[in-house]
Amino acid sequence: MNVTANDNNTMITVRNLSKTYSRKGVGEPALQNVSLAVKAGELFGLIGPDGAGKTTLFRILATLLLPGEGEATVCGLDVVTRWREIRARTGYMPGRFSLYQDLSVEENLAFFATVFSASIKENYELIRDIYVHLEPFKNRRAGKLSGGMKQKLALCCALIHRPDVLLLDEPTTGVDPVSRVEFWDMLGRLKQQGIAILVSTPYMDEASRCDRIALMRSGRCLATGTPARICQSYKRPLYSVRSSRMYPLLGHLRSWAGAHSCYAFGHSHHLALKDSATDIASLETYLKEKGYTDALIQPVEPGVEDCFMELGND
Amino acid sequence: MKALRYLLEKEFKQIMRDRFLPKIIFIMPVLQLAILPFAANFEMRNIYIGIVDNDRSVCSQRLTGKILSSGYFKLTDISPGYEEGLTSVEKDISDILIEIPAGFEKDLGKEGKAQVLIAANAINGTKGGLGYSYLSTIIQDFNSDSGYGVRTAGSITSKHLYNPHLNYKNYMVPGIMAFLLTLIGGFLSALNIVSEKEKGTIEQINVTPLPKSLFLLSKLIPFWIIGFILLTIGMIITWLIYGLIPAGSFGTIYLFAAIYLIAFTGLGLAISSISSNQQQAMFTAFFFMIIFALMSGLFTPVSSMPEWAQKLTLFNPLRYFVDVMRMVYLKGSRLSDLPVHFFVICLFAIFFNALAVIGYRKSN
Repeated sequence: MNVTANDNNTMITVRNLSKTYSRKGVGEPALQNVSLAVKAGELFGLIGPDGAGKTTLFRILATLLLPGEGEATVCGLDVVTRWREIRARTGYMPGRFSLYQDLSVEENLAFFATVFSASIKENYELIRDIYVHLEPFKNRRAGKLSGGMKQKLALCCALIHRPDVLLLDEPTTGVDPVSRVEFWDMLGRLKQQGIAILVSTPYMDEASRCDRIALMRSGRCLATGTPARICQSYKRPLYSVRSSRMYPLLGHLRSWAGAHSCYAFGHSHHLALKDSATDIASLETYLKEKGYTDALIQPVEPGVEDCFMELGND
Repeated sequence: MKALRYLLEKEFKQIMRDRFLPKIIFIMPVLQLAILPFAANFEMRNIYIGIVDNDRSVCSQRLTGKILSSGYFKLTDISPGYEEGLTSVEKDISDILIEIPAGFEKDLGKEGKAQVLIAANAINGTKGGLGYSYLSTIIQDFNSDSGYGVRTAGSITSKHLYNPHLNYKNYMVPGIMAFLLTLIGGFLSALNIVSEKEKGTIEQINVTPLPKSLFLLSKLIPFWIIGFILLTIGMIITWLIYGLIPAGSFGTIYLFAAIYLIAFTGLGLAISSISSNQQQAMFTAFFFMIIFALMSGLFTPVSSMPEWAQKLTLFNPLRYFVDVMRMVYLKGSRLSDLPVHFFVICLFAIFFNALAVIGYRKSN
């Protein structure tokens, strides 16, 4: 099949991509048989913990790294042979802040506009929403900005040449919760401009802001789909359990006969049952026996994190 | 072109905003040129001399007077006898001892020859040796002045060309200027790309459609310009402190400096493209600089090195440039006198920059 940019508006395709870093092809692969596709105007999230292979995938798509096996295209262009054209049409924001810290906000923006042969004026419309936050600090050096401001500036610099594809590697890591929400709101507005956005995050709660997500772990794609679809695929009965003694509770829940898995989830433990026939009343008696008089057991809807834990167990 | 202009603007802004770099770029040449030529001086002055004059005649007075007025010696003590004189050498008060025997004037007058004894402390071999030879020269001089001694049919006289007063500083200063340019070209450029690597900014540059050559050029040109400014400052300082102006043309100096700077910024860029942090780059650059400096003939003449070492210096670009600077400055050589130097420095420029381009692989 010949994939072009117009084919269903698919802007990024990744097919059976594998990558191993060691020279002789031995050792733990960073990516194993990953496939995905991102359409124009779609916000696609790569969700997974550190070491899942997210950054490797980004670097291959940004033409900084050669793929091992399989193929990848951006804007319908092969990442190996047509890297130069891809670079002109892609905005990449690495996980680490990598603008010039000793240049001011405005200078950074002007610099990146020029190296992409664009100008701030012609694409100001696209970044205006984001840049208004930065405007008061435009003469400040980039290194002196706060974490959230740095990310906004980096996003502006990645957008200044009006790219068709935006690759954002963990843009919200290390950013305060308010700025994170703001950042996702901005991405929501950008996708309406028809830009295909591939974004990675280790925060499961951000998955719901994406149109579609891929759950990744140890270089593999565990599941792909809309967040709702992935949550629906979770079949086990799920309960949240709380008590005043959380730590020993985790061990006791895990050793309970009816438990499939149990893990800490914020203020409570999430307990997945082996099968739906299990009577939850037997758990209450079990916990009473163990001395948890204040245990609170409530059924919960599975979220992305529950799916991730379940898929990761296999 | 517009991109290159912006890249250069960025480089200069970064250099000027660095708190440390602009100062050191301008302080370094001033200090090096003001201090090094005085310190790296192989002329021996202030040799401490003890005199044992057993004759105490007009003639012996004249000899000691001549020795002390030569400017090389400083009198420490006049001892009554050889034993006492030697104690002062043993105590390291005097470096050299001269004993004029009793009856010196009488013997000279009668037989036309007399003996003096010179005892030099050879712990510092250079000082002892030079002291001895200075003394011998002075005594010979004394002989011919007084009309004593055997006259040889043809005596050897020497004339010092190009540096008539054998001023050691005149010899050192052009070489130190060459060394300065090496430091600027080599070190600063070596640290530059590597600092972009360390800060991660190179990632951002790498995803732009910017051609490799343009990026490298934007790294090369600033140090090239800084090198020129430095050279000019260096020449002004040289003129102010030492009153030295090149006997040859400025054009020749700038032409060679231009190519030489391209060569060394190329080396710096090659080093920075193979290093992954500033420490590695610094160490590698330092290694090359030391070898280049010590094997360039800057401090010790190439001709006094063992033959294998002399062959090694052929692969040292600094050697050629030090040579050029000295020849143009002292001898007034022109480009047409230095075709080999020109050709070799050009070769180095091409070689180092090819290494830099190969080393800096933008798409991997």
